Amino acid sequence: MDAIILQILNGLDKGSAYALIALGLTLIFGTLGVVNFAHGALFMIGAFCSVTLSRILTLSRTVIDETQTDFLGNPLKVQIPYLHDWLGKETGDAIIDWAVPLSILFAIPVMIGIGVLMERGLIKHFYKRPHADQILVTFGLAIVLQEIIKYFYGANPIPTPAPDAFRGSFDFGAMLGFDINTIIYPYWRLVYFAFAVLIIGAVFAFLQFTTFGMVVRAGMADRETVQLLGINIDKRFTIMFGIAAAVAGLAGVMYTPINSPNYHMGMDFLVLSFVVVVVGGMGSLPGAVLAGFLLGILESFASMSIVLETLPGLNQIIIYLVAIIILLTRPRGLMGRKGVMED
Amino acid sequence: MLGLSKKDFTLLALVAVITILAPFILNPFPEGSGMAQFNAGYPDLMQRFVIFGIFAIGFNILFGLTGYLSFGHAAFLGVGSYAAIWMMKLLTMNVLPAMIMAIVVAGIFSLLVGWISLRRSGIYFSILTLAFAQMSYALAYSVLTPITGGETGLQPKYSDPRILDGAIPTGTTPQANLFGLDMGASYEMTAGSWLFTFNAGYYIAALIMLLSFYLSIRIFRSPFGMMLRAVKSNQQRMNYTGLNTRPYTLAAFVISGMYAGLAGGLLVAMDTQVGPERMFWTASGEVVLMTILGGAGSLIGPVLGAGMIRYMENIVSKINSEILHQWVYWMPDGLEDVVVAIIYPFVGKGWHLTLGLMFMLVVIFLPGGLVEGGQRIGGMFRRRDKNAGDAEGDAAKKRNPAE
Repeated sequence: MDAIILQILNGLDKGSAYALIALGLTLIFGTLGVVNFAHGALFMIGAFCSVTLSRILTLSRTVIDETQTDFLGNPLKVQIPYLHDWLGKETGDAIIDWAVPLSILFAIPVMIGIGVLMERGLIKHFYKRPHADQILVTFGLAIVLQEIIKYFYGANPIPTPAPDAFRGSFDFGAMLGFDINTIIYPYWRLVYFAFAVLIIGAVFAFLQFTTFGMVVRAGMADRETVQLLGINIDKRFTIMFGIAAAVAGLAGVMYTPINSPNYHMGMDFLVLSFVVVVVGGMGSLPGAVLAGFLLGILESFASMSIVLETLPGLNQIIIYLVAIIILLTRPRGLMGRKGVMED
Repeated sequence: MLGLSKKDFTLLALVAVITILAPFILNPFPEGSGMAQFNAGYPDLMQRFVIFGIFAIGFNILFGLTGYLSFGHAAFLGVGSYAAIWMMKLLTMNVLPAMIMAIVVAGIFSLLVGWISLRRSGIYFSILTLAFAQMSYALAYSVLTPITGGETGLQPKYSDPRILDGAIPTGTTPQANLFGLDMGASYEMTAGSWLFTFNAGYYIAALIMLLSFYLSIRIFRSPFGMMLRAVKSNQQRMNYTGLNTRPYTLAAFVISGMYAGLAGGLLVAMDTQVGPERMFWTASGEVVLMTILGGAGSLIGPVLGAGMIRYMENIVSKINSEILHQWVYWMPDGLEDVVVAIIYPFVGKGWHLTLGLMFMLVVIFLPGGLVEGGQRIGGMFRRRDKNAGDAEGDAAKKRNPAE
């Protein structure tokens, strides 16, 4: 029992990332009908937003401390962040410590801006082109974005720690009444899961309970009729693209403490997220979320040692295997709508 | 001639002449001059040109003719490579059985994958092939280590059985050969300050490439090729007329899989080692880039694209800031630094950026790839009234996927 709970928990954080990226992909596909291969790159840019912010926060001036010496005997040079000067040492340190969560505020406008720019500048011209062309051009864009990030930040992963308060793990099993030390779970992964649930909830609430969301849903169902009613649906869809980019970016921001960001992390996630979208059903938002968590948990179950003893290597291929079976038996995916990309 | 129309024969002859004279054409700059690093006429790179040309020609038979975009073709290349290296380990270092085995095994594997994947079309087909390729990669990396050598890969060893070969001298590593002709054997010719290298392996690979190219022209011009094009333009209509398109698309898939296997076998023949990274999905993406960049659906496009990407990978990536400074030394100091700073991100380690940008520009403005670009430029110089559309250009323009 405890082993099962542990695997479910382990699957949650990866599943959260899959679900968030797949949600954004589905938003774009459902609204604009565009297959966006650059979505993984948006996730990666989000992660680098948090790297950027923590670099900005730790901008420092160098002072020479006469009381201390370095190993050569020279006076020690000490880096003092400007934040210490402006806000005092304690507040400054606290802000630097919380750089990753603070990056959320920084990432939202940046990602929406990038998303809108991408849609207006490039994707707009590809509505009428075949899906293969859309895949190809966004694939090219993903390469370009990735190389730009690599040029500015280098090829090595950049460690970005979580705030002190969330470092380390806690004994989840003891809370549920199991023996101690059976289920140990890092705090940050729980935070990530809660964050993902929050974002997913917010997106669904936005679509369900606001007038803007209602119009967008109507546009997803029948774009032409909405246009005939005199509503500028293109503008709203552009904003939805921005929101989808922001969702991917936020997923990336919060993922940095789990996995140090490097320039090709987006591509690694993209392939899996596409599989997730297809399993969930193209164009179905609940399907994307469900499939994201399901595949994440399935993957962590497949990496249990009991499973690996009987079926070695299963953890490596389980997602693809499930995708192949689902695609062949349920052509629409788990929750796909009728008539969307069906053939 | 050879069952080809006059125009196709001219194209084939042109390609043949270029490949045969490649050691001259690719080495235009004398040794030791500042431009010598742009010489691409060394055996390793020339072999890669033709081998990836074969890979792209095969991919084009599937994507260019039927419109099915496979994102998992590297798996067939990898499987072919593994098959070839096992022939070399078990049977003989002669490359002929290795290549035949590579084609056969890749063909069987692609039959299996194609039979399943072709049940769906459009993006679902892409995802299915991608899933199969990633599975093969993951398995080759982990569980199948006894067969694939895992992360380290495989290479021929002294201790391998090799039942057909006689004993080789102790302490030497076995060399790939064709009936005794060493693949690495080269004849070097010096003319003035130019150095030309004629490599046995390159000419064998080039010969095979020409054969593959000839075969692909025949396929393009055959009724079978016509049927595939019909699938691309409207598969539903084909089905409504009572025709089952599955056997045709499956045949195209298997043929292109066999081409990939042959390319994989040749890679092993030239450089006797294999690793699983050759099957990773970025490798599949690369052949897509090659085909689109050159011009999907055209005959010569994929070969051009393959050559271009390999050239960039090997030559453009070598340019560093010192070389850039040498080029623009004649500019005023301030301007020199600015120009170098602008160009620098696009060359050297940043060549992928140039590749990505070029690829995007081609997809946006030239859906028919470099071939279409060439035709447009050619069209500007030709007289206007001569607007009889040729088959190549039409094929390039009609790039609708199967939906």
